[in-house]
Amino acid sequence: MKPKVLVFSGYGIHSEEETKYCFELFGAKADIVHINDLIDGYCALGKYQILALPGGFSYGDDTGAGNAYAHKLKNHLWDGIQKFINGDKLVIGICNGFQILVNLGMVPALEKRYGQVQAALLPNRTARLICRWVDMKVSAKSPWLAGMDTFSAPIAHGEGKFYATPENLEKIRQRKLIALVYTKGKMSTYLDYAANPNGSTKDIAGIIDESGRILGMMPHPERGIYAFQRPDWGVIKEKCKRLGKKFPLYSDSAQIFRNAVNYFLH
Amino acid sequence: MARRIEIFEAIPDAREKVRLNKLRQGFDGYSIKNIQIVDVYTVDKNLTQNQFQKAGEALANPLSQYAVLSHKKFNKAKILGKFDWVIEVGFLPGVTDNIARTAKEIIEDLLKISFSSGENIYTSQSTYILGKLTPLQIEKIASSLYNPLIQRVHLKSYRQYTNDGGMDTVVPVVRLENSGTKVEEVSLEISDDKLAEIGKKGIANPDGTRRGPLALDLYFMKTIQKYFRKTGRKPTDVELESLGQTWSEHCKHTIFADPLDDLKEGLFKSYIKRATEEIRRKKGKKDFCVSVFSDNSGAIAFDHDFLITHKVETHNSPSALDPFGGAITGIVGVNRDTLGFGLGAKPVANFYGYCFADPRIDITLFKGPKKKQRILSSRRILDGVVEGVNAGGNQSGIPTPQGFVFFDEKYRGKPLVFVGTVGLIPKKIKNKMAWKKHAKPGDYIVMAGGRVGKDGIHGATFSSESLNEGSPATAVQIGDPITQKKLSDVMVREAREMLLYDSITDNGAGGLSSSVAEMAKEAGGCMVELEKVPLKYPGLAPWEIWLSESQERMTLAVPKNKWKKLSSLMERRGVEATVIGEFTNSGKCTVYYRGRTVMDLDMTFLHYGLPKRIQKSSQKIVHNKEPKIPIKRGLTNTLLEMVGRLNIASYEFISEQYDYVVLGGSVLGPLQGKGRVNAEASVTRPLLSSKKGLVLSQGLYPRYSDIDTYHMAASSLDCAVRNCVTAGADPNNIALLDNFCWCSSNEPERLWELKRAVQACYDLAKAYGTPFISGKDSMFNDFHGFDSKGNQVNISIPPTLLISSLGIINDVTFAVSLDAKATGDLVYVLGETSDELGASEYFIMMNERAKKNDIGNNVPRVDARRNMRLYKSYFECVRRGLVASAQSLGIGGLAVALAKTAIGGMLGVDVNLMHSLFKSSRNDFILYSESQGRILVTVSPKNQKIFERLMQGCSFAQIGKIVSGGTFRIKGLNGINVVDTSVGKLLKAYRKTFKDY
Repeated sequence: MKPKVLVFSGYGIHSEEETKYCFELFGAKADIVHINDLIDGYCALGKYQILALPGGFSYGDDTGAGNAYAHKLKNHLWDGIQKFINGDKLVIGICNGFQILVNLGMVPALEKRYGQVQAALLPNRTARLICRWVDMKVSAKSPWLAGMDTFSAPIAHGEGKFYATPENLEKIRQRKLIALVYTKGKMSTYLDYAANPNGSTKDIAGIIDESGRILGMMPHPERGIYAFQRPDWGVIKEKCKRLGKKFPLYSDSAQIFRNAVNYFLH
Repeated sequence: MARRIEIFEAIPDAREKVRLNKLRQGFDGYSIKNIQIVDVYTVDKNLTQNQFQKAGEALANPLSQYAVLSHKKFNKAKILGKFDWVIEVGFLPGVTDNIARTAKEIIEDLLKISFSSGENIYTSQSTYILGKLTPLQIEKIASSLYNPLIQRVHLKSYRQYTNDGGMDTVVPVVRLENSGTKVEEVSLEISDDKLAEIGKKGIANPDGTRRGPLALDLYFMKTIQKYFRKTGRKPTDVELESLGQTWSEHCKHTIFADPLDDLKEGLFKSYIKRATEEIRRKKGKKDFCVSVFSDNSGAIAFDHDFLITHKVETHNSPSALDPFGGAITGIVGVNRDTLGFGLGAKPVANFYGYCFADPRIDITLFKGPKKKQRILSSRRILDGVVEGVNAGGNQSGIPTPQGFVFFDEKYRGKPLVFVGTVGLIPKKIKNKMAWKKHAKPGDYIVMAGGRVGKDGIHGATFSSESLNEGSPATAVQIGDPITQKKLSDVMVREAREMLLYDSITDNGAGGLSSSVAEMAKEAGGCMVELEKVPLKYPGLAPWEIWLSESQERMTLAVPKNKWKKLSSLMERRGVEATVIGEFTNSGKCTVYYRGRTVMDLDMTFLHYGLPKRIQKSSQKIVHNKEPKIPIKRGLTNTLLEMVGRLNIASYEFISEQYDYVVLGGSVLGPLQGKGRVNAEASVTRPLLSSKKGLVLSQGLYPRYSDIDTYHMAASSLDCAVRNCVTAGADPNNIALLDNFCWCSSNEPERLWELKRAVQACYDLAKAYGTPFISGKDSMFNDFHGFDSKGNQVNISIPPTLLISSLGIINDVTFAVSLDAKATGDLVYVLGETSDELGASEYFIMMNERAKKNDIGNNVPRVDARRNMRLYKSYFECVRRGLVASAQSLGIGGLAVALAKTAIGGMLGVDVNLMHSLFKSSRNDFILYSESQGRILVTVSPKNQKIFERLMQGCSFAQIGKIVSGGTFRIKGLNGINVVDTSVGKLLKAYRKTFKDY
């Protein structure tokens, strides 16, 4: 049985199509569902194994990125979401999806206090959107990140600076909930960028809840799964050609989607 | 009763730091120690204390902010710490307030309440400043933070603030003083002078003021007078406004449509349209055009199942007045030209092109005499426009892989803001051709999306006039990307697939009067009931409802039996949709307001009654002085200066703030290579499951217009095609769009220049086999105003033609980026280099140094046949994977292309100029000639033989190698190094110019 993925849409979510595409590419069945169809009962969370909150600009980032969409989810779907995460299921929030997860209190959810806001994603150091490639080091255990060490993906956000109170930050660190840390890897070295693109505390790019099954991350693995999307692909391709090697099809961020599908297949 | 919710920052806010730096930069010498930003929501609705509290909590981030409610009588000044001044900026009544709309939705959903029509939320923002500043200084700072056309400002000193207990509660509710809903009849049985005045200044209000231009001259007014004489009644204001709108230059393009000299069919039909028709005929079965000139965008075949659409618009006048609002409205507006193509295409890529004056220089200019109506500085226009497209494009979730900036002093009076959108649409939906549409008699007329306010009234007629003191302030709108995104999602993803409507078009210039009347052509007539149109606020006059340019609206033709389904779908997606009338086959455009007929015009008169005029051009003979440039042995510093010039330097600050990866199709983005060089072409996959890609590029050389507009246009076209081919597009499969931005186009000499340019478009497009599929023009980009001494100033833009190219690449892994890939690779120049430096960047730079204006006469001339042969041979090399990197030679010529290739790869270059392909006796001329038809290519030595064999029959030369160590050397004609520097130095010079933007 193919695992079923619910990809949220509506009110300025943008990346639902590429998110669906990536899950299906690696063997899942994904449905794009408008948030209102869940609220109106045309569709139920229960029949899915994976929830994905994709990137975008829900409500134009007004009143703080992810805030308004999180309120809508909390006002109408909170019971269903709680039931969902109690099961052996996976949740991912990418970029705007991460901002929604944080405002909804689904990550880090210390002491399993789901629903309590314990972290924030604040305006970037430059106070404007930045679009570029970053590298991340995996530093926590999560089904989403199985077998991954460092990988690269693009970012495109205006509010991605991770923040938590010093006490909570310490707990997040101790309990190994920092899932992804910006690092000076292949892309930032190639492009001569600082590893941390937005001034994020402790270079945090993504966190998980204590179960590890809920992942929130600012970078967009779904927007760069092919090798020919990486900024250095031209150089790599020339090298491959000259060495008589095959130019690879996928980039390293594709593993996230494979992992999610494999979690339910094995 | 209205109360303020103030959101204070609990931890340092990046926005504060950025604003502080900006203020310090802008106000050198002022004592600005620190600032704090507080966001304010003024809630104009009775809420209980508990509700109010909850609302405040919902609007503040619980970790980083806290809400302060105005009812609490505690000392806010205390929690803020020390400050000396507060500047609060809010919107003027009726201006689109997107954040307030979201806040209202949050509160309604949270508290399960609803705001009635009189109740609302308004946002404002306070900047608290710590620093000893005089009242004059604080006023200057304030004026840099707000735009009086759309915003209001309120200043308080610390003392005043503490005395008053904070800032005041301001409710900018719209109160329309006029009698509002009346319909006027206008007598046209008056003298010609008075008739002309109505046309020029608008219908008179009861108080003697005028409503704003109809942009109808006497000749048109007399035609209207004759029509109403025949019908035996006076026209209503609705009818006159509607005619002014429909017949405006903006909509009818009379300059391109009317006869000019010996061209009886006018410029468009004689040249642009004819080129496309002849090319399509010649291509026969290989014709890839599907829909040209007739719809909101043009479309070509992408593959067997999909079409690609493209449209490029300008939004110049509004961007000059309110750069942010004008630009955001421009970008979301052109997105609707995609949604409004066929049954609705999905936007898949945006691009931008900005023409500004030097942002580092501020020259004070006024629209009015006696220092009235100061125009915004070029820096402010740049910042605002860049931010507007940022907000519009990013929030709409459409990638921006591509764009350009161009600077010239002639854009100081009026900037140009080009925005374009590429769309994707299936050829067929359930056996219906999705690119065709046809409103049928009996279909409901449905308006969907936003509501109608006074926004942008007279926008169409306004852009048909030049910018002067009388330019109406209501021409300013602010786009609302989220409302449009909701509409776009439901249309493209759901309603279109269910075939719930027969036709769709967008509401842009002219609003309903344009969209409904246009669609009525398909059915044969229409009947509209204006009182059914949902309004933002009461009190709009019927003509205002009919003409309003409020954004985010589409007009649909919905079969009656599908209305219920569509209506419930729209409701579930949070999109307002309203039946406002019915399409008919009456041959009339009939409009009612509360039962009274307010418009009843024959469709034929409305659309085709516009009389043709014969235009005459007169030849303009130009002869410029040749510049006297001393011959120098070393050209290193010249090159370092050149790569930092406004028109060549990195504008990464723009590229990086526009999301180019959303939708997951990015292949070659705006910045390429290790050194992140701004590229001239981009490659994007619009279909995730396909390896096929789109190649987008543009060409623009307005400076050449000072010599000859024919060669200006030819160069622009060649550049657009060449850039596209360079990145890997098939030269046999490129479509073009033309955007003419001209000045004082009613002058015979300007018309002559126009004719030359359009003729070049025909000649070149024909020779290349690259059809035009869509275009747009903006013909009066002139500024008439005053300088700070009160002297009259006229600034016209240079005649500007933007050619946009749209190409296809079958396998994106064969796309070619501009960066050098490996040391030892051979460097080739393809194409010939002549002494063609007239109006080149080099001559302009040398003129600036010498404080002269001798731009020369040898403008580049395009040899289309020779170039096409070269492009086809080059494409064969690309197809075989032989090209490691390629850079089209444009502004700054060979030297700049070499620098970009080197910076791109962060690798050294060692080349020499001793080659017969360089037809000049001067090193600097070879390096900076802007001869067209040239590409700089690097090739692996292993591929040398086959590459050279495939390029046989074309002019090309191997001029050197890519080297390690980062040295950048060019040997001159005498065998001595004329440039000797490093890639590191070039990179630094390249990035320096816009470093702090």
